[in-house]
Amino acid sequence: MRRAEELFFKTLMILATIVILGSLMMILFAVVKRGLPAMNWDMITKIPSGGFYIGKEGGLLNAIAGSLFIVIGSTFLGLLISIPIVIYINIYLPPKSFLADLTRLSSDVLFGIPSIVYGAFGFTLMVYFGLKTSLLGGIIAVALLITPILIRSMDEVARIIPKDLKDAALSLGATRFEIIKVILKQISPGITTAILLSVGRAIGDAASVLFTAGYTDNIPTSLSEPAATLPLAIFFQLSSPIPEVQDRAYAAALILTFIVLVLSLAARYYSRKFSKNKI
Amino acid sequence: MNKLNHTKYRILKDILARNVMLGLTIFSLLLAVIIGIGLYIKSAPILHDHSLWSLISSSSWRPFKGEFGFLPFIMGTLWVTLIAIVIALPLCLLSGIYLSEYAHPFVKRIVDPMIDILAGIPPVVYGVWGALVVVPFIGDVVAPHFVEYSSGYSVLSGGIVLAIMIIPLIISILTEIFAAIPKELRDASLSVGATKWQTIKFVIIRKSTPGIIAAVVLAISRAFGETIAVLMVCGNISQVPHSVFDSGYPLPALIANNYGEMMSLPLYDSALMLAALILFVIILIFNTISRIVLVRIERRFAL
Repeated sequence: MRRAEELFFKTLMILATIVILGSLMMILFAVVKRGLPAMNWDMITKIPSGGFYIGKEGGLLNAIAGSLFIVIGSTFLGLLISIPIVIYINIYLPPKSFLADLTRLSSDVLFGIPSIVYGAFGFTLMVYFGLKTSLLGGIIAVALLITPILIRSMDEVARIIPKDLKDAALSLGATRFEIIKVILKQISPGITTAILLSVGRAIGDAASVLFTAGYTDNIPTSLSEPAATLPLAIFFQLSSPIPEVQDRAYAAALILTFIVLVLSLAARYYSRKFSKNKI
Repeated sequence: MNKLNHTKYRILKDILARNVMLGLTIFSLLLAVIIGIGLYIKSAPILHDHSLWSLISSSSWRPFKGEFGFLPFIMGTLWVTLIAIVIALPLCLLSGIYLSEYAHPFVKRIVDPMIDILAGIPPVVYGVWGALVVVPFIGDVVAPHFVEYSSGYSVLSGGIVLAIMIIPLIISILTEIFAAIPKELRDASLSVGATKWQTIKFVIIRKSTPGIIAAVVLAISRAFGETIAVLMVCGNISQVPHSVFDSGYPLPALIANNYGEMMSLPLYDSALMLAALILFVIILIFNTISRIVLVRIERRFAL
């Protein structure tokens, strides 16, 4: 009887796991099935012609370029904010510091704030400063969104740096500012993983750029111009009645899924490689 | 003399760097407060005209008449979240226990990266899948057995898509919690003759209940805030849904869908920012509580 119960639940467990993996397969299959026929060279080398709801010609270059600009800009800005914070809570503050724990808690909490809230907040900021939807607005909103991810994933690596390493450098007469170099070198795989994770989040997020970056058929040439992004290219063009425009959405979904897939596997590979060296 | 100056310069640099970093750290702590204040300032005009209670208890949404009732959107959010949790939680518990207690390391090596990928898939791609697969499935296959007509764009479709989206989050927290339970506890249970399943049932699940609840609360707040995916499959009709096959219009979808025209009507932008503020406050509270619970669990078992 006890055996039967265990067997019953074990079967359910395996079934549940299969259902979860099966949904992943279904998602990937659906995206590839619709996206692959829509893919062609024009898709990634041309911008759409004649308006994105009705234009039959052209591709997605505007969205690819826009997403690229936003990801690069926001990751750069995010690193600029998060690296000093990670250094501060791990080098300058004592190991059991309340401020450090509070910072960790707050970035965990901020990580859970939905992107639509960051988008709405970014929008209120832009209204306040009199900015229009622009590349800059998108970069700021996305940077706010990914900074908690950057902090948390770099902090996880920085926390386990041996204390001896810090002490050795300090005892040689280095100031804490000067040992940052040593620490950065130690956590560099962590920085790589953090960047890969946050790029994955940044490139796929639609709700934060909806208000802030806007949408355009052209490639932005300055920070004050609106920028198209891949997620919004999918979202807007899917609702078009014209099949050619819808195809662009499916092609964009395929490109986006592929990018995210590569990023998440690379992040996993890097953190694995690092933890192997550690032990 | 020169050397002394150099040392002073180095110390000065250290102090300067420390203060800049402290400033950034404090900024990151204040960010939540700044977001709250920013959204509150924008939503103050509508709170000045209507009471918060009348806004969230009224179901008439007619922006051009100045009527902003949030009830349909709040109910829409609650419906999709409830459906998502009801679907996701059993799957996650079963699969999480399997992965951390039974699964062969080889199986874990295959399944873990796949769950990572599931976590990384952008919401909009989930939306595409929902619109391509889930909506027609609900509309053509499931709904005809229960109701006369449903387009498939329903709270059920939204709930299913959301369920798949929150699964990776719940599983990753669950496996962490299960892994944090000390080996001695398991050994003690096994050594008095309990089977593995009994150990799971009476020791592991019982010991990790607070963690499981925290994971569910985190998942709920993720589901509350999800925007684009539910926007693409829920149908977006401002009504209080009466069955799972009815269309719904969750709060985040409302914000995202109307930002274009919100500047054209008085108080419209204020109403949408209030919606964002409501989301923000609820999720902030849920997140803070569950994160504190999770940190406590980690500490207690680490000792």
